[in-house]
Amino acid sequence: MTEPGKVLATFSVNGEPHEVAFAPHKTLLEVLREELNLTGTKHGCELGECGACTVQIGGTPVLSCLVLAVDAVGKEIRTVEGLANGPELSPLQHAFADLGAAQCGYCTPGVLMAADALLRDNQRPTRDEIKECLAGNLCRCTGYIKIFEAVELAAARCRGEQAEPRRESIHGS
Amino acid sequence: MVLDDPGVRSPQGRTDAPWRHDAKREDLQHIGKPIRKVDARSKVSGLTRFADDLSLPRMLHMKLLRSTVAHAEIVRIDTAKAAALPGVKGILTGRDMPIPFGILPVSQDEHALCPDRVRFVGDPVVAIAATEEEIAWNACRLVEVEYRELRTIGGVHEAAANPEPRLHDYGVRGNIHRLENLEFGDLADGFARAAHTREDTFFFEGNTHLPMEQHATLAHFDKDGKLTVWSSTQTPHYLHKALARVLHPLPAHHIRVVACPNGGGFGGKSDPFNHEIAAAKMSMLTGRPVKIALTREEVFFCHRGRHPVLMRSRIGVTKTGRITALDFHSFLDGGAYGSYGTASTFYTGALQTVTYAVENYHFRGARFFTNKAPCGPKRGHGTPQPRFALEVQLDKIACDLGLDPAQMRLDNLAPRDSLTANFLRIGSMGLGTCIEKVVAGSGWKQRRGKLGRQPNGKYRGLGLACSSYLSGAGLPIYWNGMPHSGVQLKLDRSGLVTAFCGSTDIGQGSDSVLGWIIGEVLGIDPLGIKVVTSDTDLTPVDLGSYSSRVTVMTGNAAMQAAERARDIVAAGVAAKLSVPAGRLVFADGRVFDSEEPQKGMTWQEAVCAAEARHGTIGTVGSYSPPPAAAKFRGGGVGPSPSYSYSAAVVEVEVDIETGVYTVPKVWMAHDIGRALNAAVAMGQIEGSVYMGLGEAMMEEMAYRDRVHKGNRIFVHKIPSLLEYKSPVTFDMPEVVTYVVEDPDKNGPFGAKEVGQGPLLPMMPAVANAIFDAVGVRVDEIPVSFEKVHAALLAKQAGKEARFGPDNGPEGIPAVDFGDSLKIKTPWQGGDGTAWNEPKREKKAAK
Amino acid sequence: MLRLPTFTYHRPKTAEQAVALACEHGREAMFVAGGTDLYPNMKRRQQTPTQVISLQDIPGLDQVEVHPQGGVRIGALAKLSQLEHHPHLKQHHPAFAHAVREISTPLLRNMGTIGGNLLLDTRCTYYDQTHEWRESIDFCMKKDGAICWVAPGSPRCWAVQSSDTVPVVCAMECDVELVGKDGPRRLRATDLYRDDGIQYLTKKPEELLTRLFLPPPVGWKASYLKLRRRDTFDFPILGVGVCLWFDAAGVVTKANVRLGGAGSYAIPAVETEKLLVGQKLTDEVIAAAGAAAMKPARTMDNTDQDVYWRRKVAPVYVARAIAACR
Repeated sequence: MTEPGKVLATFSVNGEPHEVAFAPHKTLLEVLREELNLTGTKHGCELGECGACTVQIGGTPVLSCLVLAVDAVGKEIRTVEGLANGPELSPLQHAFADLGAAQCGYCTPGVLMAADALLRDNQRPTRDEIKECLAGNLCRCTGYIKIFEAVELAAARCRGEQAEPRRESIHGS
Repeated sequence: MVLDDPGVRSPQGRTDAPWRHDAKREDLQHIGKPIRKVDARSKVSGLTRFADDLSLPRMLHMKLLRSTVAHAEIVRIDTAKAAALPGVKGILTGRDMPIPFGILPVSQDEHALCPDRVRFVGDPVVAIAATEEEIAWNACRLVEVEYRELRTIGGVHEAAANPEPRLHDYGVRGNIHRLENLEFGDLADGFARAAHTREDTFFFEGNTHLPMEQHATLAHFDKDGKLTVWSSTQTPHYLHKALARVLHPLPAHHIRVVACPNGGGFGGKSDPFNHEIAAAKMSMLTGRPVKIALTREEVFFCHRGRHPVLMRSRIGVTKTGRITALDFHSFLDGGAYGSYGTASTFYTGALQTVTYAVENYHFRGARFFTNKAPCGPKRGHGTPQPRFALEVQLDKIACDLGLDPAQMRLDNLAPRDSLTANFLRIGSMGLGTCIEKVVAGSGWKQRRGKLGRQPNGKYRGLGLACSSYLSGAGLPIYWNGMPHSGVQLKLDRSGLVTAFCGSTDIGQGSDSVLGWIIGEVLGIDPLGIKVVTSDTDLTPVDLGSYSSRVTVMTGNAAMQAAERARDIVAAGVAAKLSVPAGRLVFADGRVFDSEEPQKGMTWQEAVCAAEARHGTIGTVGSYSPPPAAAKFRGGGVGPSPSYSYSAAVVEVEVDIETGVYTVPKVWMAHDIGRALNAAVAMGQIEGSVYMGLGEAMMEEMAYRDRVHKGNRIFVHKIPSLLEYKSPVTFDMPEVVTYVVEDPDKNGPFGAKEVGQGPLLPMMPAVANAIFDAVGVRVDEIPVSFEKVHAALLAKQAGKEARFGPDNGPEGIPAVDFGDSLKIKTPWQGGDGTAWNEPKREKKAAK
Repeated sequence: MLRLPTFTYHRPKTAEQAVALACEHGREAMFVAGGTDLYPNMKRRQQTPTQVISLQDIPGLDQVEVHPQGGVRIGALAKLSQLEHHPHLKQHHPAFAHAVREISTPLLRNMGTIGGNLLLDTRCTYYDQTHEWRESIDFCMKKDGAICWVAPGSPRCWAVQSSDTVPVVCAMECDVELVGKDGPRRLRATDLYRDDGIQYLTKKPEELLTRLFLPPPVGWKASYLKLRRRDTFDFPILGVGVCLWFDAAGVVTKANVRLGGAGSYAIPAVETEKLLVGQKLTDEVIAAAGAAAMKPARTMDNTDQDVYWRRKVAPVYVARAIAACR
């Protein structure tokens, strides 16, 4: 039983342990942003209706606004801050930057965390599989198209192909 | 001319500075290329700091208690219990900020907190700051507010019928905020010469921006008496103005506004908002930093989105479809405050003439105050509603006359380099090319009207529509002689170029526009340029990220500043190399002699040479649009340095048993003048297609209207991301995009706008496609499934195959528009002034 | 940011402990599994338990076990995404797997459980709103108020049954297992639900849903068809669950047709069922059976989209769901 007072726990976020005290009714979203200052994870509704707060727990993309922080203790949490390998962006991040798939960039962290999990399991996702994977993430800027293309581009690069954006997706038809 | 692959640049570079709008593509090193945005890496790394990502030591959290009634006088506010809650550090009510504000000088009708009257459910009444956000929320629940309810005004018909109670004591009369009545040319003659006329009534329901980022503000009044406000705003300059006004006597130069990167704006963060001002005041009250982050529901209450507009349009055409006369009425449901509404009203009548030549034109527009969240500018500001009406009506005309809707539009095109009936100056005009592109791409000529029933039992159809949008408003909000945009450049001995500009990046890439243009002019890597923007302490004024003005206006200012810097550097290098400055080329991070390319120096060496000769190097650039041709009262809304053009073909697939339909494919062509960055321009076009699709199919600001214990309940029906429907990944069609480049002489490198225009044709194209598929008209936005179904049932029952507002005399509110302001068209020899001066109703005292 | 109210959090290790905690705290306590229904409701103060009892540590309840005869026993804590992609379910219980896939979004299905979905709170656009919004309508009888806004003269609440799995689970005559003070009991899923927006469950508050039993896929075919605006996120505004039993000649011997999203429980379309029994599924039979569903589709103005349109298209959706069983 955890009373309303604060608990002290150690989180593993992006492979690093973080000791933090928080109240048991705090969501993982609140603890990441407000206690650990990992503000890369965003929020758009706090009700599970937009996908902006998506993080990975044990590799599975979930909504951090609906996970109690206490329930994430002892599990491996991964946020957008953990995607890059040191100074090097991940292939997915590179593809998003190349195609302008992040316009305002607010939904981007959540989209990246969902898409990253897809690419780990599926090296050659179809357009329909990408749409399904991102069916829980709202974006108001891009119309999703550059996002789909960026996931496809990243997948190709992950397969070792020398892939570049298609001409018509950069210059039109 | 359509964008091709980036060509190979001549190694000699070029020396004929300054750059012209029609510069050859092969001469351009950076412009038009798909260079990454300057902030691309931080945005994909979660490192972009939005307003709610900021925090300061000792920061308090603020919540607003908002009105739970739609229209009432405030009788009493008791905050004693809230003040006693441990952790509460400050409480404000309307009495603490009595000075009103508003975005437009003519409608300073808002208060940071309502002092004596609430006008919609969501109007803020009390602000409470506490050490934790939960404490502030709990404290708000302890405040007692006693209201005396007033009659609620729920829409344009009600507002017209009920002059009392007035929502505001200004405006035209009763609850009419604005009335406009402009007549260009001879309508009677135009209709007399028409071979065919028709009159239609349309309704466009309101919808909202729905930025993914909820508005947030952090305010800090420091111990030196200086106030800093970080906020998710598209218009730091106007927020600064509003803060200076309300926080009087705090001097304006003690206020610093920093616009954080916006997590989406679309026009929804263009007004100064009550929460921004209240947070500033709260910081002054408590002496501590104060943050407020709105909930999603509160974002719906901020609104300022698309006005619901009821429209009646009478149009006369020759037998080949040439428009001889257009008589257009619009009735705008403005919501509770003025916001940009005066401009919105004019915009419902301004741009009909820049796509097709309209010989004679009469526009009447009325905006009403109602007890809803205030409407304002959303992507396309005031023009999508009349554009929907016009494009559907033209489709009906083509049907009536047996003409191809695409060809009819091509035959009607407004000429380039011309003045319209309402004195808008058209420059480059690529609409014809746009139409040809989408017609060819979609197989329009072979497929329209012939798709019919598919093997899956559903019906397919194609619809076409066009549009135009301005590249920035020709006149500023506050009429003055100062520039609309300013850029300062600092050249450092390290070779660093820093650009300072007040423009705000809302995701559209305006920070990057600065880098691309300056990089092109100076021949250096755009990603190496440091861009400092939207900070009123550090950056020269740019009016803000609204009306698609930034690329043209900031771009021209940046160009001027960069060319001046180039001249200074050229002089320094010329002296050092003993080469005439006019022979120098700036390219590839070098400055060199065009006749002996090996003779030159690196950019950094060039800057040092120039600094040694000239002294510290800083230049400025500024931009003001060309003067408008319109001189009549009301002619200030509509003029722009240039107009973009778009044409779309939309394919729909309709289930006739239910009215459910999908949009599998869209062909969109946009005349952008010149794409400064190919990939970013594509993103703007695709994003516009998406947002237009949402408006066409599902988005609407619906209200609950009930009676309870003798009082009317009038509240936003669905203020959530779940129930306010916006398109998801599955809804997005395949989009074939054509980037049409018709460079405009007023644009930097010929560029025109791209952020808003391609949204506009989506809504009418969807409605027209439904007609092509199943033969029914839905004259109302959104074209939701139930409306298609209702029209199909009407058709089956032998009634008019239409769903839409009443076409009869009762269908529009009875409003006396008074006498029109009469203006001769250019082809009648008009000079842009009115030839009569109708009596204006005396305005009620403010 | 919307935040949770404070509460005491329990993570019992057995079902018995969970039930005991629920008994101890009575009305103050609620169970939570995935949290995707309860936590949003708590943030909006629709549900305000001071004692939250998480079931996540109870072992074995996330298992999917296939019985040799083809029946399937599903633990209540099985994640929706686990069921949606389960090869056996996709092959042998496609209607059920499809209904699971239709729930909300992939992200939510990674968190939500089948138990949570079966017990999903009834929904209403007057109820699923923040505390502040509900204050502006003087609340409603489901929480903090006295009136049902959907039918102001009504003594009862008309909140809508909104689970995607319930109509198909009821139509398929699945069983569920509850654990209470007196140990486990097994009952027909249909008997878990009542026609009331507030008291929509027959189980005692402290009873814990532990298992769902799918019958062996022999002699029947089922389908689920969902009406909603968008193919993700949205709750059903009509969810048709159909299960038909056939004889060797293809004649329907028994028919269960349940309408979700149309009332406070999954409403049986009794006339439709009658019209199907004894018939082969010809186009005419299906059309007539669909048309008979208009009457029981008691749509109310408390979901997305127009109430009359939802009712008018109910026959089309019912007919299509039946046709999918051919």
